[in-house]
Amino acid sequence: MTQTVMKIDDLHLSFPVSRSLLDVVQRRPGKSVNALNGVSLELQQGETLGVVGESGCGKSTLARCIVRLYEPTSGQIHFDEQNIFGAAARKDRSYNRRVQMMFQDPYSSLNPRMTTGDILAEALRVHQMRPEAEIAPRVAELLDLVRLPQDAAEKLPHEFSGGQRQRIAIARALAVEPEVLIADELVSALDVSVQAQVVNLLLELQQRLHLTILFVAHDLRLVRHVSNRVAVIYLGRIVEIGDSETLFSAPSHPYSQALLSAAPSLDPDDKGAAIQLEGELPSPLNVPPGCPFHVRCRHVTAQCRTVIPALRALEGRGEVACHHAEEINQHA
Amino acid sequence: MTDHPILEVENLCTTFSRGGTDLPAVRDVSFALCKGQVQGLVGESGSGKSVTLRSILGLARHYGEVRGSVRWQGQELTTMSERQLRKIRGREIAMIFQEPMTSLNPLLTVGTQLTETLKAHTDLGRRARRDRAIEMLDHVGIPAAASRLGEYPHQFSGGMRQRVMIAIALAASPKLLLADEPTTALDVTIQAQILDLILKLADEMSMGVVLVTHDLGVVAQTCDTVSVMYAGRVVEQGDVRQVLQTPRHPYTEGLMRSVPQDVPPRTQLYSVPGTPPSLFSLPEGCAFAPRCQAAGPACQTARPTLQDIAPGRQTACFHPLPATQEDAA
Ligand SMILES: Nc1ncnc2c1ncn2[C@@H]1O[C@H](COP(=O)(O)OP(=O)(O)OP(=O)(O)O)[C@@H](O)[C@H]1O
Ligand SMILES: Nc1ncnc2c1ncn2[C@@H]1O[C@H](COP(=O)(O)OP(=O)(O)O)[C@@H](O)[C@H]1O
Ligand code: SF4
Ligand code: SF4
Ligand SMILES: [Mg+2]
Ligand SMILES: [Mg+2]
Repeated sequence: MTQTVMKIDDLHLSFPVSRSLLDVVQRRPGKSVNALNGVSLELQQGETLGVVGESGCGKSTLARCIVRLYEPTSGQIHFDEQNIFGAAARKDRSYNRRVQMMFQDPYSSLNPRMTTGDILAEALRVHQMRPEAEIAPRVAELLDLVRLPQDAAEKLPHEFSGGQRQRIAIARALAVEPEVLIADELVSALDVSVQAQVVNLLLELQQRLHLTILFVAHDLRLVRHVSNRVAVIYLGRIVEIGDSETLFSAPSHPYSQALLSAAPSLDPDDKGAAIQLEGELPSPLNVPPGCPFHVRCRHVTAQCRTVIPALRALEGRGEVACHHAEEINQHA
Repeated sequence: MTDHPILEVENLCTTFSRGGTDLPAVRDVSFALCKGQVQGLVGESGSGKSVTLRSILGLARHYGEVRGSVRWQGQELTTMSERQLRKIRGREIAMIFQEPMTSLNPLLTVGTQLTETLKAHTDLGRRARRDRAIEMLDHVGIPAAASRLGEYPHQFSGGMRQRVMIAIALAASPKLLLADEPTTALDVTIQAQILDLILKLADEMSMGVVLVTHDLGVVAQTCDTVSVMYAGRVVEQGDVRQVLQTPRHPYTEGLMRSVPQDVPPRTQLYSVPGTPPSLFSLPEGCAFAPRCQAAGPACQTARPTLQDIAPGRQTACFHPLPATQEDAA
């Protein structure tokens, strides 16, 4: 029934720390930041997959790999049965059109000297979406689609509010009629009331245009609201993935439990005790052996310190990477 | 709440001038804060929260015009000399700024910056200062604190720099903490830890706190009272439970309703229509009128002032939303 549009397989990416040219030339195995440590997931046609995790856990790195801004150290991404890093796919520019990224900070990704109209027209021309004569009407249509007034076409990015700039970024991504949207912290910088407007627009456009969305955000409430499924990332690994409502109402991995319990409730009477995590996120320079969460986990055993837990299905829940998921969730 | 207030802000107005035009950044802000009390300040970006804090601390008067009164333990701060103010800042009143990187000195080690603060504002000896510095870094969740005293700010991650700022602000045990979005840049796990620390100090050391945030969850979990700001003015204030659970001002209600909580997943969220007005061209009447569904003719021409609507509860609106039983409780 559901159709997989993208398949990510055991993605690893490490950034060399030392930027010295000599190290690079001699291929010296210097220190490296292990930003992704084996991420596997499938994107289903028309779904929103939320991605959450602490700062630096690899969310943006994953997003950037998907749009080929980064090349993984190992692992593969298949789109339409084709390896996107393979030679054939490299030459085929249609991938760049079909999978669009919207950035964390649209202010820096929109050219400050180009009017909104020019920004949209350029996107249409680059991918030859419309014959020259149809470009102007299509720009008008796009502005309408994201509910910007028509006079927006003549204005420069700085003349807009944050929420309106996000709409321009969305319009530009949609200009090329993509199938997959990668939204990295798309609304994080916006005030709640404006955030709601942009999220509503995204949900509506998704329905209308059958878009598949990867939604990266640190606002857990928002991710819960927009996502069909959610992946929790810890130190470059998925530790839990599954249906959004199930995961948020009953997280199964000790890390997901701690992360979700820390989100402050809107009800002053609900001072639900946050599960205090011991220590802090270890540096991706030194990912601990065994379960990457073991140094902060209350349920740690000897096995956890040496054996990496694989992601596996847990009855009634999603998939969880924890040796003791059954016992832990029995008592919960 | 029979306590005397330690901080009394009355009709605070701050005006900047930009290209010959007056920009009314803050208008008629009034509130009082008692020992150990945590007061929240919420509102959309640009609503005047940061300027309010900077005006209280006497920083805004260097680049803007500040009127009204700020009384700190009975002393008037708005007219106090810079020299006297400097004795109060850091020691009695500490501030955590929104942008952590601009307020740490990149040339000094974190340890030096902490111990210098302690030297300036406490009577602790050398050893005690070092111990206290380690203790504070430990409190804000910086692991292996002792070994990191010798490191420079750039060697810390963004979140850790923010925590260092918090440690510095709290090191001298101030009686009042002005915190501008102290946890906005942090992960929820660290945020919970820092807010716990601030609450603990408020409680144990009777420290008053004015906490600026745009996260209503943070307000619900940490504040006793809250003021909601819109276009430079307080539109509603009072007990946090009452304001969040039964908002009386349409803007507060709109803010609460836009948060995705208890709404069916993947449905349209409520959103306040329109955008905040520019401070250069505020509407003549109520600044919220162009976005307000309850607006009537009076709202277009007259500006509502903050009125008592229940004990300790004020709102600035001609047509406040109905009170429910909660208000009586
Ligand atoms: N170009 C780069 N060179 C070196 N290290 C990098 C680079 N980009 C990211 N990293 C590192 O990789 C890790 C993952 O970073 P990433 O940007 O994916 O985090 P994130 O989950 O998006 O965090 P945030 O929530 O703060 O946006 C971090 O340790 C980061 O410092
Ligand atoms: N130093 C300054 N000079 C001129 N205008 C300022 C200055 N600082 C703030 N403003 C303006 O005052 C208004 C309120 O700003 P601020 O208090 O920072 O808002 P926020 O509620 O987001 O903290 C904004 O319009 C802002 O642009
Ligand atoms: S595998 Fe062990 S250390 Fe890792 S989350 Fe599970 S119980 Fe904790
Ligand atoms: S005074 Fe009028 S316009 Fe302003 S908030 Fe109240 S009802 Fe709305
Ligand atoms: Mg990121
Ligand atoms: Mg501010």
